[in-house]
Amino acid sequence: MKGWALTFVLAAVFALCVGPFYWLAMAATHANSEIFAETPKFYPGDQLGANTAKLEESIGLVHVLGNTLFVAVVQTSIAIVVALLAGYAFAKFEFRGRNAFFVLLLSTLVIPGGVTIIPIFEMMNDLDLIDSFPALILPNLTVPFGIFLMRQSLLAIPDELLDAARVDGAGELRVLWRVVVPVMRPVLAALGVFLFLGAWNDFLWPLIALRTPEMFTLPVALATLQAQARTDFGQVMVGTAISSLPMMILFLVLQKQFISGLLAGATKG
Amino acid sequence: MTLTMTREAATKGGGSPRSHRPLITKRNIPYLLILPALLGFVAFKAYPILAALYISLTTGAGAARTFVGLDNYVRLVNDPLFWTALWNTALILVVQVPIMLLLALVLALGLNSPLLRLRGLWRLGVFMPSLTGLVAYGVMFSVILSKDSGLLNWVLGIFGVDAIDWLGSPFWARIAIVIALTWHYTGYNAVIYLAGLQSIPKELYEAAMVDGAGAVRRFWSITVPQLRPILLLTVVLSTIGTLQLFDEPFVITGGGPDNSTLTISLYLYENGFRYFDFGYAAAIAYALTLIVAGFGLLQLKLTGGKK
Repeated sequence: MKGWALTFVLAAVFALCVGPFYWLAMAATHANSEIFAETPKFYPGDQLGANTAKLEESIGLVHVLGNTLFVAVVQTSIAIVVALLAGYAFAKFEFRGRNAFFVLLLSTLVIPGGVTIIPIFEMMNDLDLIDSFPALILPNLTVPFGIFLMRQSLLAIPDELLDAARVDGAGELRVLWRVVVPVMRPVLAALGVFLFLGAWNDFLWPLIALRTPEMFTLPVALATLQAQARTDFGQVMVGTAISSLPMMILFLVLQKQFISGLLAGATKG
Repeated sequence: MTLTMTREAATKGGGSPRSHRPLITKRNIPYLLILPALLGFVAFKAYPILAALYISLTTGAGAARTFVGLDNYVRLVNDPLFWTALWNTALILVVQVPIMLLLALVLALGLNSPLLRLRGLWRLGVFMPSLTGLVAYGVMFSVILSKDSGLLNWVLGIFGVDAIDWLGSPFWARIAIVIALTWHYTGYNAVIYLAGLQSIPKELYEAAMVDGAGAVRRFWSITVPQLRPILLLTVVLSTIGTLQLFDEPFVITGGGPDNSTLTISLYLYENGFRYFDFGYAAAIAYALTLIVAGFGLLQLKLTGGKK
């Protein structure tokens, strides 16, 4: 009896969390006038195709999606490698300046992103990189949290495992690739998902660094479209739904990695 | 052809005995491993942080940049709009973070209960809002909150509540931001707490039950202390995040109405990238850093938490 009451409460919370997504999916299939009708639409309409076509026309949906995907994939891939290499050095090697650099790296976690944004903007301006993908990607390749996560996970790998491979004559890169990476796969996946999510949704910096609509990522294109007077919300809803979709799919497929990544970040602080 | 070949041979043979040494040695490997991260850190963290401090002491940009000492900071202290932004941010922080974390804890306890059915499904749904991009959910909320045809007012209407002008009144606009933030982040924190709850050794509870401790006692004597590091971490993270609040007011309310949802980060953005007053914006950024660092230290002190 008590179990049912609890389950009912959780179901209500579930509805609060998921309801807006359902409403969004329905809104994406209706015309602007219907979205702003007096009662919300809880059934699918027939305007999905028309809304999508309008969105393609106003922001170049396919092109913008390509931009977003390109930036997110390149940025995530490089940042993971950078974090893995650095984390490996911090966890498994003694070298001069190790602790000092590690502390400096972590202390930047409490510095607001707003501090670095103006100098980085000026730097990109001087390098003539404003309105380019390198401007988006370069500042995000060293991720202190990622390095921290890698180091913590690598500390758990016994040195004997690495030494055994070294005795067998494997070079350091080979040890990293053949011994460390396979063991680290779940953490790497978790970090990958986490970084991809951040890159896919990143807004403030792309908003500042990009100028021409051809270069826009999806969040910038959506915000710009929404800010226009007399916006047609049918197309905005389609864009919003599309921008949420990859995350939902990734999460459904990689639920375990998601949660373990989250925890690795949370429990070891 | 021959020329290139000899040149290749020359570089390969390379003349110096050094080239026989392997590129990667045991001594230099850690430095090589750290190098990419170090370059990124120096160029995009360390340098900008120092440069911003200098910029905050100047006015103008490029060749016209001149050193003005603490002028920007003096202006900041006398700028009523900055105080408004600070007040708004503090208000949202003080109201939203405790509500959210308390809800998240209750939610996590519910999700962790052995009585619960279909746990995986509920956990999935609760986590979903945090997957939406800030812009996407901001856009979504700006429609959901619309006065005459928004989903929220329609739902409230069922319970007989009159339509609320969420985005048109200063009071309700702040509440709207709080609602949006809570919707977005509660599940995320709940899932973190849930994992923390699940990592508490069952033996502790069993031993307490043998000793005759009731549920309330077990909660305060076992759950809370065991969860402490995670609770502390979420408090610090949420505080830092809220102090830097930008995307939600930018997309949902645009800082309005009447600057009632103008946050520090939004004010920073407006000065930096709408008025291109970099010196002043950098001063705002440093003021924000001081506040964030101060809060971080205070929370660590108060809770006596270890790093």
